[in-house]
Amino acid sequence: MELLVASAIGILTSAGLYLVLRLRTFPVIMGVSLLTYAVNIFLFASGRLTVGAPPILSNAANYTDPLPQALVLTAIVISFGMTAVIVMISLGAYLGGDDDHIDDLAATPEADPNTDLNTEGTQ
Amino acid sequence: MTHWIILPIVLPAFLAPFIVLAARYHITIQRVISVFGTLCLVAITAGLSWQASDGTVTLYQLSDWAAPFGIVLVGDRLSTLMVLLTSALAFFVLLYAIGSGWDNRGRHFHALFQFQLMGIMGAFLTGDLFNLFVFFEVLLIASYGLMIHTGGTVRLRAGVQYVLYNLLGSTLFLFALGAIYAETGTLNMADLAGRVQLIDASATVGIRIAAVLLLMVFAVKAAVVPLHFWLPSSYAEAPAPVAALFAIMTKVGAYAIIRVYTLIFPPDLAATAGLHGWWLLPTALVSLAIGMVGILAAKQLDRLAAFAVIGSMGMVMVSISLFTPAGMSAALYYIVHSTLAAGALFLITDLARAGRDNLDLTPQPPVSGAPLTAALFFVAAIAMAGLPPFSGFIGKLLILNAAFDTAYAAWIWAVILIASLISVVGFARAGSVLFWKAQSVEQGENAEPSPAPSGLSYVAVGGLVTLLVGHTVFAGPATQYTTAISEQLFAPERYLSTVLETPGKLSDQTEGAH
Repeated sequence: MELLVASAIGILTSAGLYLVLRLRTFPVIMGVSLLTYAVNIFLFASGRLTVGAPPILSNAANYTDPLPQALVLTAIVISFGMTAVIVMISLGAYLGGDDDHIDDLAATPEADPNTDLNTEGTQ
Repeated sequence: MTHWIILPIVLPAFLAPFIVLAARYHITIQRVISVFGTLCLVAITAGLSWQASDGTVTLYQLSDWAAPFGIVLVGDRLSTLMVLLTSALAFFVLLYAIGSGWDNRGRHFHALFQFQLMGIMGAFLTGDLFNLFVFFEVLLIASYGLMIHTGGTVRLRAGVQYVLYNLLGSTLFLFALGAIYAETGTLNMADLAGRVQLIDASATVGIRIAAVLLLMVFAVKAAVVPLHFWLPSSYAEAPAPVAALFAIMTKVGAYAIIRVYTLIFPPDLAATAGLHGWWLLPTALVSLAIGMVGILAAKQLDRLAAFAVIGSMGMVMVSISLFTPAGMSAALYYIVHSTLAAGALFLITDLARAGRDNLDLTPQPPVSGAPLTAALFFVAAIAMAGLPPFSGFIGKLLILNAAFDTAYAAWIWAVILIASLISVVGFARAGSVLFWKAQSVEQGENAEPSPAPSGLSYVAVGGLVTLLVGHTVFAGPATQYTTAISEQLFAPERYLSTVLETPGKLSDQTEGAH
């Protein structure tokens, strides 16, 4: 089971990192989501992996650490909210600029006339 | 047990929803509540600082749970100084936002502003690493809203970069926290300080990785090169009052580095030896150089101000990375100076927008209200570049003095002095193009003079500049106080004993009943 959990974290992290390095917003957001899944499993595993034990200290021999579960719950809520925010902001940026590149070279001409040369150079 | 210490968090947390729910369509009521709340914050945080000034460490146990089991808030000299600085900056920034009308150009400015204050105050006061993460998220999610306040495509694009970069930073923070919890079984800072010391020398791999990850997270927040790429466009595109408030956000990263790397991973800890001097110092010197070169290279005034922030953070980090009492004291003096100066600079950047099409550093007709704006820019530029007579010069002297006896003194002196020269040239160029050459530009035929910025805007900027002057005039008492802070940081026994030995509820009822 340790191997399974560790490789799941590893695969999710590497896939997430690959996507984060892409050029357009959508894959980057997907990458960030994968990274947050990876970190959630990682946090869960940080209290040691125990199977079939309650997170309550009833007898000292058989229990699982409840704190990482609370931490993961907090982290899931926060990352879910943040992902929703970034989707909305990037949708706004995409619809406004008709372009979902992540870098800011292609600034809209009416906003900044001096970057016309730059945008022509990159297109 | 006194409850005053939680008020800087609770007060904005109550005011913000009240503003959204009750005063949604009434900008005047929002302004009154917001100013009143921020004034209260100034008073409360001043009281907390006064309480902590004799070395008292104030502890607040949430729900009365004893320290390693419950979340605690801790007010020592360092954190109370930072909350006081935050509320003072926030007050003047708020006045500017009202005076310039920025708060009325989009919705919910005041509510987000209060949430932002809540997050920053919480980050400074908490004594628990996971709680620090939560407050980081509170301040970040409020800052996302503030950053894209009033919208616009360019601002939204900059916002996307800012949010994504910080989401990655938060993920990294969680990885670090998971690693720390797996290695030590606690996330309370005072408890961690004891447990990290106990880790066997042969099994330090996990904790060393955690220490480096944590340093990277805080370096992202503090915009240390090479993790600074989020800063220039987001600070330049953010509304000016928001950018001015963000001047304290990079200091949250610096504060976290100071707190964690003096308390949990002190420089004399064998497991993480070399992390401080070997890695932090060179990156700090590079940040300083890149920031100051960016000032010279910037083509817009708002970019110039953003690079000035990177440069001044580099200066702060150079001083922190010495990890000597003198260096820490100088860093704290410079943190206060650079927060006020950067805040003033961003506000002046917005003043210079009056009557100009854009902030490009090209000769254009003079800005409205040019004489006063130019004078304020002159003061802020002198302060930021670190020329006498303002506090930037004193802070730089303190840092140079602290670095004098160290092994890398030659490098530090050379980089600081050359970088300062470059920044002086950069600021002089910007000022002369904006205000001096503007006098020789012909006005267009049908150009109507645009209205000068309102008086309240000037009051706000003037207030920040007055604080800077006060920081210069009272440099003696200020450095005495920062020296006292760094003494407390390098002798954390009182902090540890207050946090860990104060009785509270325990899960074991027989032991903790009271």
